[in-house]
Amino acid sequence: MRLDIEKRAAPSRLFTVLSPFIALVLTLIAGGIMFAALGKNPFYALYAFFIQPLNSVWALNQLAVKSTPLILIAVGLSVCFRSKNWNIGAEGQFIAGAMMGSILPIMMPGWTSPLVLPIMLVLGMVGGALYGLVPAILKAEFNTNEILSSLMLVYVAQLFLDWAVRGPWRDPQGFNFPQSITFPDDAILPSVFPPGAAHWGAVFAVIAAVATWFVMRRTLKGFEINVLGESERAGRFAGFSSRRMIYFAFLFSGALAGLAGICEVSGAIQQMRPVISPGYGFTAIIVAFLGRLDPLSIIVAGLVLGLTYLGGEAAQISIGLSDKVSSVFQGLLLFFVLGCDTLIHYRIRLAVRRPQGEVS
Amino acid sequence: MTHLILATLLTVMTAATPLLLAATGELVAERSGVLNLGVEGMMVVGAVTAFIGAQWSGSPYVGALFGIAAGAVFSLAFAFLTLTLVANQVATGLSLTILGLGLSGMIGNGYVGTPGIEMNAVAIPGLADIPVIGTLLFRHDVIFYVSILLVVGVHWFLFHTRAGLQLRSIGDNHVSAHALGMPVLRVRYLAVMFGGACAGLAGAQLSLVYTPQWTENMTAGRGWIALALVVFGSWRPVRVLIGAYLFGAVSIGAFNAQAFGVAIPSQFLSSLPYLATVVVLVLISQNRRLTLMNTPACLGRPFVPDR
Repeated sequence: MRLDIEKRAAPSRLFTVLSPFIALVLTLIAGGIMFAALGKNPFYALYAFFIQPLNSVWALNQLAVKSTPLILIAVGLSVCFRSKNWNIGAEGQFIAGAMMGSILPIMMPGWTSPLVLPIMLVLGMVGGALYGLVPAILKAEFNTNEILSSLMLVYVAQLFLDWAVRGPWRDPQGFNFPQSITFPDDAILPSVFPPGAAHWGAVFAVIAAVATWFVMRRTLKGFEINVLGESERAGRFAGFSSRRMIYFAFLFSGALAGLAGICEVSGAIQQMRPVISPGYGFTAIIVAFLGRLDPLSIIVAGLVLGLTYLGGEAAQISIGLSDKVSSVFQGLLLFFVLGCDTLIHYRIRLAVRRPQGEVS
Repeated sequence: MTHLILATLLTVMTAATPLLLAATGELVAERSGVLNLGVEGMMVVGAVTAFIGAQWSGSPYVGALFGIAAGAVFSLAFAFLTLTLVANQVATGLSLTILGLGLSGMIGNGYVGTPGIEMNAVAIPGLADIPVIGTLLFRHDVIFYVSILLVVGVHWFLFHTRAGLQLRSIGDNHVSAHALGMPVLRVRYLAVMFGGACAGLAGAQLSLVYTPQWTENMTAGRGWIALALVVFGSWRPVRVLIGAYLFGAVSIGAFNAQAFGVAIPSQFLSSLPYLATVVVLVLISQNRRLTLMNTPACLGRPFVPDR
C-alpha cells in the first residue's frame, strides 16, 4: 500500500475551511493518546488542559494576556511569510522592543507625565524594528540566509537582557534579585476592563490584525507582498523590488514584535526580568500558519495557542505534568496543520500496489 | 604549557563533535535536496533518549544507540510530512524543533539532577602512546572516533560512489533524476533519516560525554549552529569539519576567558558563538558565486512524482 498525491486543478474550497479544524481534532486525539501513554485519564487530562482554564472571568482575562503577544507577532509574521521572508527571530525582536521601551521607566522613573506610555510604546516598536533590520540588511545586501541570522540574534538578545537585568538595570533596593524596579504608574499599560488583567495590548492586537487585513486585501502594497511571495520574477516585471520588500517585511514584523514586547512588559509583568517570554516569538510562527497567514484568522489562532499556555499551567497543577506539555501540543498542532493543508492543493489516495506484470 | 594547550585543544574537540555530527548528517539531507530545520529538535530528543537509555541499561553505548534510533525515528515524521505530503519544509522543520524541545522536556522531567553515566575515553592501543598526537587524537570517547569516520565516510560516499552521485543529482535536479528512473523520494527518505540519526548521536554526545546529565534545552542552539555550518562548509564534509572545530574553539575560548577572569560580562562571552555564526554566514554568503555553485539547486523545493 502506498499514499499517492495528485495536484488538484484548483484549491479545494471545502478543505480550505475544514483543514484547520481537522488539524485541531487530530491534535486532540494525539494529545489524548499521549496522556494515556503517560498513565493519565485522557478525557480528564484534555478537559483540564483545554476546558477548565476557561471557566472564569479571571481565566478569560489570562487568555487575553497570553494571546495578545501571539496575535501581534503573528500578524507581522504573516506579512513576512507571505512575501517569503523567513523571519524566525521574532522572539529576539520581542525582547529588543521590550528593552528599548523599558529604558524610560527604568532610567527615568521620576518623570511622571501622560506622555511616558506613548513614548514607551513607540520606543518598543522602534527597538523591535531595528533588531529586525539586522537580518534584513544581511539578507538584502549580503545575501545571508535570514532564517539562521534572525534565529542567532534571539540568543544574543536573551543573553543581553539577562546581563542588563542582573547588571545595570537591577533594582538597587531589590535584595539582589535579578529584576528591575517595578514600573511607575505612568509607565503601566492600563487594563481594558479594570480590574481584569487583560491590558490595552489586546486592543492593539485586534487593531493591528484588522489594519493588516485591510492592507493585504485592499491596497497595492498588499498586492505587492502577495505577488513577490508567489513569484519574485513576476513581481520584478510588475516593477516591485524584492529588496525593498525584505526591508519592509522585517521592519513591519519587527515593529509589531517590539510592540508585543513592550506591551507584555508594561501591561502584564510591569518590570524587567531575565526571562520575559515563554517563547511567544516561536509560538507565533504556529499561530501565523494555523491562521493560514490571514490576519483575521490569526486572531482566532492566537486564542487557540494562548489556551495551550494556560492549559500547560493548569496541567502542571491539576495532573502533575511538566509544563512542556504546552510545547508538545503546539508542535503537534503545527505538524497537523501543515499536513492537513496538503488536502487543499492535493488529492490523497491510498494506492494498493498492483500485482506484478499487470500493465496499467 | 604544552599540557595546558593540549588540554584546551581536547576540550575544543569535545565541544566541536556534536556540531560536526549534526552538520554532517544535515549535509547529506541537504545534498539530496531536503532542508530540515528540525536539527535542534532531533538533537535534543537524541540527548534525552540517550540519557534514559544509558540509565536503563547501565551502558552509555546502549544509550548512544537509543539516541541514534530516536533521532532517526523522529526525523521520519518530518520526512512523511515534507516528502509524502509535500508540506512546507521550513515550517515543518520548525515544528519538529518545537515538538522535540517539548517532548524531550516532558520525557526527561523526572531525570533532571540524576547523575549521568559517562562514556569514558578509549585509548587506541599503539597509537595512543605517540607523544602529543597520541593524546590529541587517540585517547577519546568512541563518539569522537565515529564523528571523524563519519566525515571521511560521507565524503567518500558523496564524491566517490555511484549512489552518492545519484543522491547529489537528485538534490540538483529532481525532475531529471526522476525521469532517469532514480527513486527520488526513497533516497530523500533515507537521507533525512540519516540526518536524524546523526543529530540523535550528536545529542547523545551532549548527554553522555560533554556534560553527562540531562537538563532541559541542553542543546542550546547547537542544532541551529550545525545548520549554519553546512552553509559555512559549502555542502562539503571536510570544510564542515574545519568549521565545526573553529566554532568549538570560539565557544571554548569564550568559556576559558570567563575562567581567567577577563573583565567582560559572561553573557557577552556566551553570545560570541551566535554572533560568530552570523558574521561567518555573512562572509560566506557575500560570495554569491561560491554559494550558487555549491547550494543543491533543488534545496527546499517540493517534489511530486508524476505517475
